[in-house]
Amino acid sequence: MHSSQQTAVHALRHHFADMEQQHETVSMGMWLFLVTEIMFFGGMFCAYLVYRVAYYNAWVAGSQQMNILLGAVNTAVLICSSVTMVLAVHFAKLGNRRLLIIFLVATMALGVVFLGVKAVEYHEHWAAHEVPGPNFNFHETGNFDPRHVQIFFSLYFAMTGMHALHMIIGIGVLAWLTLRAVRGQFTEHYNSPVEMTGLYWHFVDVVWIYLFPLLYLISHKHMLT
Amino acid sequence: MSAHAQHGPTLKTFFGVFAGLIILTAITVFISYVELGPLNPIVALVIATCKALLVVLFFMELRWSPHITMIVVFSAICFLLILLGLTMSDYLTRIWGTYGIK
Repeated sequence: MHSSQQTAVHALRHHFADMEQQHETVSMGMWLFLVTEIMFFGGMFCAYLVYRVAYYNAWVAGSQQMNILLGAVNTAVLICSSVTMVLAVHFAKLGNRRLLIIFLVATMALGVVFLGVKAVEYHEHWAAHEVPGPNFNFHETGNFDPRHVQIFFSLYFAMTGMHALHMIIGIGVLAWLTLRAVRGQFTEHYNSPVEMTGLYWHFVDVVWIYLFPLLYLISHKHMLT
Repeated sequence: MSAHAQHGPTLKTFFGVFAGLIILTAITVFISYVELGPLNPIVALVIATCKALLVVLFFMELRWSPHITMIVVFSAICFLLILLGLTMSDYLTRIWGTYGIK
């Protein structure tokens, strides 16, 4: 038997008819997991919407404390990491181990850059007493209750924090993939783990695509009523 | 079922999508500095949805996925809209006209 055929047979689990069916099943499972993730983040987006409508002025005041430059840089970093992830999947499918490893490492590196920038932003909020809790002390006054601004920051930290946790988990999975790629466990026939991690990574990117405008941008020029 | 296996994105597709995403990010940041009143959130969300579609259709290869996967994604969006729609239809109709006015 040809060696690549052998690999294909090894990669195929006995309860699937062929690689095609196995691939579609794995992909479906991953998408269903991402559906649960949409609903998980959806709950927080819903809370954001309810409170934004209720405490509009506090929301405007809170979101104007965001650093748009760092947010935009991070958006670009995350988009770049999605591109390197897509390239990793592309070269995994071609069976190019060297480029697969290079792009997996590049994706991890960009993920770490994102978290680093996020840490800088968190530190800025910490220094400005904008972290909810006993030290919360909003420096601006206006036609809003500072306690409502605290709700904004609670949701800001909950949403970006859960997003960052997803990034940390993603970087961990990428490290595991890199190890497996170094061991030569992925071929042009068997690369589903790389592809499924790609789906997860892009999903986390999509969450940020919505977080960035909602938290940083949409109230930047609005006046307090 | 296996028709999608022959088709797929090329490197050119990926770099085109990458350029689109960066350009849309620049546009949305630029527009946030312009006062548009209630249009600011709408424009930002429309641009974000365009970016999300680019990622989902091309990077996540939904465009080349089986129809059943598309149905799963579509149903997820429906459930998200039910979550947001029914919640807001509750809050916005609690004591007519008082919610959100402060």
